[in-house]
Amino acid sequence: MEAGSRAEALRGGNLPAWALGLIPLALIVVAIGGFALLGGPGLGERTGPPAEELVVERTVLRPGTIELTLRNDGPDPVEIAQVAVNDAYAPFAAEGGREVGRLGSTTLEIEYPWIEGEAYEIFVLTSAGGTIDAAIDVAAETPAADLDFYALMALLGIYVGVIPVSLGMLWLPFVRRIGERWIAALIAFTVGLLAFLGIDAALEGLEIAGEAPSAFGGAGLVFAGALVAYLLLAAVDAHLSARGEAARAAGGGHAAARGGLYLALLVSIGIGLHNLGEGLAIGSAYAAGALALGAFLVVGFAIHNTTEGLAIVAPLRDGERAARPGLGRLAGLGLIAGAPAVLGAWIGAAAFDPSLAALLFGVGVGAIARVIVQLAPAMRDGAGRTLYPLSVGGLISGVAVLYVTGLLISV
Amino acid sequence: MADLDDSKFRFRCVKISAVSDRRISRRKLLGAAATVPAAAGLHSLVTGGGLGSAPARAESNGNGHGNGAGNGHAGHDAFAHATFAPGRTVDHRANGFEPTELLRDFDYGKTRRLAGGRVLREWEIVAMDKEIEVAPGVKYEAWTYNGRVPGPTLRAREGEKLRVRFVNASEHPHTMHFHGIHPASMDGMPGIGERLGGGQIEPGESFAYEFDAEPFGLHLYHCHTAPLAAHIARGLYGAFVVDPKKGRPEADEMVMVMNGFDTNFDLGNEVYAVNTVGFHYVNDPIRVKRDELVRIYLVNALEFDPINSLHVHANFFQHYPTGTSLEPSEFTDTVVQGQGQRSILELKFPFDGDYMFHAHVSEFAELGWTGFFRVGDPSLLGSAAAAAAYCKLPWGGNGGIA
Repeated sequence: MEAGSRAEALRGGNLPAWALGLIPLALIVVAIGGFALLGGPGLGERTGPPAEELVVERTVLRPGTIELTLRNDGPDPVEIAQVAVNDAYAPFAAEGGREVGRLGSTTLEIEYPWIEGEAYEIFVLTSAGGTIDAAIDVAAETPAADLDFYALMALLGIYVGVIPVSLGMLWLPFVRRIGERWIAALIAFTVGLLAFLGIDAALEGLEIAGEAPSAFGGAGLVFAGALVAYLLLAAVDAHLSARGEAARAAGGGHAAARGGLYLALLVSIGIGLHNLGEGLAIGSAYAAGALALGAFLVVGFAIHNTTEGLAIVAPLRDGERAARPGLGRLAGLGLIAGAPAVLGAWIGAAAFDPSLAALLFGVGVGAIARVIVQLAPAMRDGAGRTLYPLSVGGLISGVAVLYVTGLLISV
Repeated sequence: MADLDDSKFRFRCVKISAVSDRRISRRKLLGAAATVPAAAGLHSLVTGGGLGSAPARAESNGNGHGNGAGNGHAGHDAFAHATFAPGRTVDHRANGFEPTELLRDFDYGKTRRLAGGRVLREWEIVAMDKEIEVAPGVKYEAWTYNGRVPGPTLRAREGEKLRVRFVNASEHPHTMHFHGIHPASMDGMPGIGERLGGGQIEPGESFAYEFDAEPFGLHLYHCHTAPLAAHIARGLYGAFVVDPKKGRPEADEMVMVMNGFDTNFDLGNEVYAVNTVGFHYVNDPIRVKRDELVRIYLVNALEFDPINSLHVHANFFQHYPTGTSLEPSEFTDTVVQGQGQRSILELKFPFDGDYMFHAHVSEFAELGWTGFFRVGDPSLLGSAAAAAAYCKLPWGGNGGIA
């Protein structure tokens, strides 16, 4: 009897469940609030001088002016006192103030007669005498973000994204003719290709995260983006396949065909997210003047991305005439895979932010991982094996083709 | 704030145009951010002339150092030379010393006659830790002699007996090591003078250095506690002038201690200067009279960089290395000094105008070691109207820079 009532008390007596959920939360708020109000009793003063950390988020060069956007990445506020360019103090104005609070940012407009093609080292001197270094490897005027500029970025995105992917999709008739075994090999090729893109995106994301303020997560953003994208796509997938089951139960004859189209759509999304990152890299490099816009670059990207088109049509092997996607749907798939390059180029060129870029690259990685998981079953041979000589050959050639064509491009 | 003081022929122009901290246009910078002498009534006179008006610029070009409309950087005409950010100046009151005053501030100590008729000259020097502003907005935890950097310019006459009572009120051990001729126990050298109470002087302790003023010339003193570079770089140095028995010709004398500050402690200086505050004599040019002999006591107290130098524009000077001879060794316009080296320079300015002087190590010059001599007829500066006209120039007072 007694034991029973004690157990009852532990379960919270007669309080409703929501109250039991809220009480600990309220206590946590009170405890943390009290701790903060009392100024952290028992912890004493901070030891040592304030930690001053500023990260350069964006550099814009205009004639006679260098513009630096700085974000406070450290635990303490930072006051900017002076700025020197190549060991010469230069006048500047701070849009957003000279005092930068935690996670706050400010833009320094520095008057300096920089010369195109030269390298510059800048140090920002804080009120405590600390220095924050920034470097401009090759000075070039930042393109103005006007209509022409966006049009150019769109053209670039179309060149490197939409056109090559669409061209690659012209392999569809070929895919429809070849036998079952070769289709599996082709899927394996697609998986290899995606794996390469995924690794590439992860490395690029991590590299960019290195430039981002660690306060926003830095490299963690790549992983978080990947995890979230993977989980979201898995949830969407579960939802759609539940509907597909229902449709099949209702006697729909083209369920399998939808499966093929569905896989193709997933591949498109994965590749599209990757191309978003690629566009981002191109756009930001162009904005920084670090990109030689030339035929070579465009041709390189085109060859590289043509293989992505093949990857999209590989799942569309189903021969049933009724299930064949129309031209409109195919164009849609191509756009989903290619058009994000345009969007990426715009974002990259106009508002490049390393934290955002790292997150977007992470999203691309997660999406690709999900698509690979989705595609893998289609690699199986008659005996149900996933890895057998032909599929392994496909995987390796997928990686190899992207590696080799990747040599043609460098951003 | 600004005073119009004919006797010292020094006045200061006060900037009134609010060069906004938020955004500064090249045009504003150019110019001529209007400045006025604080003498009441001149306000309207100056502002009436228009802010940053083109004529002001033209005048300045005529004056010898224009804003570089023709400096080869088309479109970058604001950048006449390196400078600190506008809208902010060093708080000299908080520092407790002002480089312009420091320039001609010679500390002769207290004297009395000894039994044999010889002069005993005495000083008390207190080492103390003090935060100073070395560039607008940049604070530095300095170690000082008598609360200032450089320490007081101690001046004696050849052959006198000198006694320097040194009190260490700093949190760190220090010494005073004089350049001169004296016994080892008076050398301010840790590990050597201890038996007599000298050597390293711990916090709260004191010691009286006694030695004769010899040889005549320009010397220096500094702390010799290890680690040496750190103790010197923190600000523990000063000029030590020993006049020859017969003295030197009458002149407008000034002390320039070339120094620098390693504000981030990376063994390299972020701020370079003469007498501590970077670009100070750009904001407040050194006033000298035309055709009057100017004598500069130049000491190189710079740490971390092996070489420093001084170059005067549009002029040449007689160079007396270490000041130990009354005959100049060279007639030149640039003098190079290693660490601890010093020179006496003598020159006259034959023309009115503003003349830049700076380290010919361009990096130091652009990181703060730059200033101006302003050669002008005192009567010009004495007239309110002329003062107003002066202040309208981009380089008038603080105007052109601030």
